[in-house]
Amino acid sequence: MATATLTSVSDLSKDEILRYSRHLIMPEVGMDGQLKLKKAKVLCIGAGGLGSPLLLYLGAAGVGRLGIVDFDVVDFTNLQRQVIHGTADVGRSKLESAQATIRGINPNVEVVGYDARLTSENALELFRDFDIIVDGTDNFPTRYLVNDACVLLGKPNVYGSIFRFEGQASVFYARQGPCYRCLYPEPPPPGLVPSCAEGGVLGVLPGIVGCLQAMETIKLIIGQGQTLIGRLLVFDALGMKFRELKLRKNPDCPVCGAHPTITGLIDYEQFCGIRGEEHTSDMSGIPEIGPREVKKMIDEKQPFVLIDVREPHEFQICRIPGSTLIPLGEIPKRMHELDSASEIVVHCRSGQRSARAVEFLMKAGFQKIYNLKGGILAWSDQVDPSVPKY
Amino acid sequence: MAVKIMIPTPLRQYVGKKDQVEVEAKTVEEALSRLASEYTELRRHLYNQEGKLRSFVNVYLGDEDIRYLQKEQTPLNENDVLSIVPSIAGGTPAPQ
Repeated sequence: MATATLTSVSDLSKDEILRYSRHLIMPEVGMDGQLKLKKAKVLCIGAGGLGSPLLLYLGAAGVGRLGIVDFDVVDFTNLQRQVIHGTADVGRSKLESAQATIRGINPNVEVVGYDARLTSENALELFRDFDIIVDGTDNFPTRYLVNDACVLLGKPNVYGSIFRFEGQASVFYARQGPCYRCLYPEPPPPGLVPSCAEGGVLGVLPGIVGCLQAMETIKLIIGQGQTLIGRLLVFDALGMKFRELKLRKNPDCPVCGAHPTITGLIDYEQFCGIRGEEHTSDMSGIPEIGPREVKKMIDEKQPFVLIDVREPHEFQICRIPGSTLIPLGEIPKRMHELDSASEIVVHCRSGQRSARAVEFLMKAGFQKIYNLKGGILAWSDQVDPSVPKY
Repeated sequence: MAVKIMIPTPLRQYVGKKDQVEVEAKTVEEALSRLASEYTELRRHLYNQEGKLRSFVNVYLGDEDIRYLQKEQTPLNENDVLSIVPSIAGGTPAPQ
């Protein structure tokens, strides 16, 4: 919890006046605007890729109370983009790490941490005490949860999302415009839209989108400019193009429409199909083999073929000696290169893509075919630690 | 009518990495159908098993959502620009 040098919210100390002078000298902000910022209570869901720049700038701007919801721990792979955390923070709670950084930038900000997963049981209570909610999350169930809770409580939801080189930003404020469900009534089934771990992301992309969210939050607080309510900003980082699409309130929206059918928070994991067995890739019929068994086959010079279905740029990072690269997308047109009479082991990074390849090849008639359980990651863990993990 | 379809980054891998594709079509339905026929891997990302456009994929003509125009029957003019805008969330994979 913060041991900030808190002063009254009805005025600014001499220190604060000097600190925020660049705000105060602008008529659009001035003392009034800065006091609004000081009185504001903003809750940020997530202190990760989007949350990092968001929290840094809201802290610097002097938002009086910043709530952070994050139960995660800083991971080495986060540092490429989650700039509120440093190398020394690896292994530390993201909450503690973020609180320390914000305090270092601006001790006037009260930082309140919630080291918990946001759920249907706690969301409404948590959100109640805040004016604005900023969605910095990384998964669909939480996005729908945040949206619905904001609609039910009448609070603005500052939205930002990213994927690889593309970003989206908007402000969903059901009292004045559409909500997230008006835009996307249904989430994609799991597995159809890759995550950062599977799809990758250019680190600075969430930096840009998180800053857009910080900007919108500040504009909402000081009541200046045109916010993104009713507009979807789509950002293509590769082409460096911003496009604006109109968002309309859906009159039949189940949560913010004229006749809402959703009047309480639901089970969002079920809504997003994560619990349903039929939605996750069913690997139960896929024959598997462990890395140590494969190593044994190699050592005993047993004849078999090892196929790697990853992408060429992954093959460059690391490979298992003796493997042949056939990227997953090329399997259908290159399967004639495989001899169905041979024993074939298929691998990828973690065992997911290779399972799909084995499933496909089995349907095509291959019978002596096995999925390497855990992929090259498991190979590194159990057989050859010199193989880098990524 | 020659129209351009803007392809969002998550779907570019299914259209040979292009950021836009030109098709000849008179309606939105025809344009998307031509796109899905030319790039068959794209089909399951745009359409569900009943052949309906997936509701986490939005289609815009210019800056207007086709849901508020004539949906897939929206007529197209020469040089119109369609955009496919899918739901994205970045981040953590779904728990296995």
